[in-house]
Amino acid sequence: MPAETQLLDVGWSGLALAAGLVLAAAGIARWQELGLEGRYLLGGLRAFVQLSLVGYALVYVFHAERWWLVLLVLGVMLAAAARAASGGRGSSAERARGVRMKRLWPVNASALTIGSGFTLFYVTQVVLRVSPWYEPRYLIPLFGMIVGNAMNGAALAAERLDAEMQRERRTVEAYLALGATPARASAELVRRALTASAIPSINGLMVVGLVQLPGMMTGQILAGASPTIAVRYQVVVAFMLAFATALTSVIVVLWRRRAFFTAAQQLVDETSGAGASAPRR
Amino acid sequence: MTAAERSSRGSEVSGEPALFALRGVGVERGGRAVLHDVTLELPRARLTSIVGPSGAGKTSLLRLLDRLDDPCTGTIDFAGQPLVAHAVRALRRRVAFVFQTPALFAGSVADNLRVAAELGGLGAEVAELESVLRAVGIDPGDAERDAAQLSGGEQQRVGIGRALMTRPEVLLLDEPTSALDPEAAQRLLGTVQRLAAQRGLSVIMVTHRLSEARQYSEHCVMLEAGRLVEAGSTAAMFASATTARARAYLASSE
Repeated sequence: MPAETQLLDVGWSGLALAAGLVLAAAGIARWQELGLEGRYLLGGLRAFVQLSLVGYALVYVFHAERWWLVLLVLGVMLAAAARAASGGRGSSAERARGVRMKRLWPVNASALTIGSGFTLFYVTQVVLRVSPWYEPRYLIPLFGMIVGNAMNGAALAAERLDAEMQRERRTVEAYLALGATPARASAELVRRALTASAIPSINGLMVVGLVQLPGMMTGQILAGASPTIAVRYQVVVAFMLAFATALTSVIVVLWRRRAFFTAAQQLVDETSGAGASAPRR
Repeated sequence: MTAAERSSRGSEVSGEPALFALRGVGVERGGRAVLHDVTLELPRARLTSIVGPSGAGKTSLLRLLDRLDDPCTGTIDFAGQPLVAHAVRALRRRVAFVFQTPALFAGSVADNLRVAAELGGLGAEVAELESVLRAVGIDPGDAERDAAQLSGGEQQRVGIGRALMTRPEVLLLDEPTSALDPEAAQRLLGTVQRLAAQRGLSVIMVTHRLSEARQYSEHCVMLEAGRLVEAGSTAAMFASATTARARAYLASSE
């Protein structure tokens, strides 16, 4: 095992010098009369404060070495991701269409839990064989990557499904009228939705390492890890993200598809919301 | 005699059980009553027309018969049994719905028919395909043409052909001629009449053209603003409608 060199510390003076970069960016904005200097400064401040808080929290969690604390942190990350996926995109798109669908939050949270949870389990327990099993140095960063990617992919797929179901309403009803099941009637649309999230994910696999060194590899190399090991980690990460995205997307899309149909295999009426013209049987 | 009485009397007289029997049926959409307290019977006629001004609820009524929507109030019977007692998919094979704009599937004419056959759980041998194409007035030689490139009238015919692939007893047509010029409309309805006779189908057709109702249907149902105005034999209705509103509407026929 190659000796790890000490990571160079960034002291307060280092931070101050780095802050100079944000100030310079703000300066450029001012020079070009963009009116964005304030936002650069606010962004810089928020980045510093938020990351510092996260840093302190992580220091505490790492030192405590308590499994439930680690799971708590993972839970908070998951909840934040599910909320971000359900709140911003869902409600404004729905409001624009005037559709009242079932709340997105439970679907997204469950799909993320299953998709990300299983992926994390596989990577940390089976691939890396982390010990102790809850080692926060591994679980927390890896989970962050998994959940972030899975959420983005699932959001893409869900958004695409909504758009297609809206656009191809007549075709779906034509299938239903011929005696198709809701699954068959929407099969092509489900395929398009899942493809929408799979393509970026696959492209990610295709180009990793070509365009720029991925963030995690960069971090490890800076910390003194040998590039060979860093590369292997990055491969594991790339595979793990592809899987997490695929699994989470398919759960979200198949679950969400159900909300478009009634128990009597009709399309939900979009003007009146779920279960429009009949009580659900 | 009320419209409902007249309608049910019509089927009693013929001695046959009604094809569809609606009682107190109401449909609400977006807070508005699209259909209100509709009670009527639809007999097993060769062709029944549903007429009325725009917004009368004609399409909404037709959709109930295939359970594309369910009523908020009231009951519907099909062939003597409550509509909801039939398995939905089996019902939709027996009662076929053709939309106003056909929403054809991607691919050729034959592809559309094959998908329909597969959904109906039936094989789609070439002979069957050709028979259906001829029945709807499409040259079997055109079977591999891209469905998207057909004219409006041809697309309607493919839509009807698709519906026929599940070997239904009842054909529901939602304004089949609305996008067609008068000659094409006449040709299409002539085709519908012929294939209904050949295959023993009962056709229920929504139309806003009274002339079509008068010319092609034996039985007629008139709606206005979501309510039943009149129902009965077409000849009797056009000759002597019982209500003033009905007479006024019929008098405006082209």
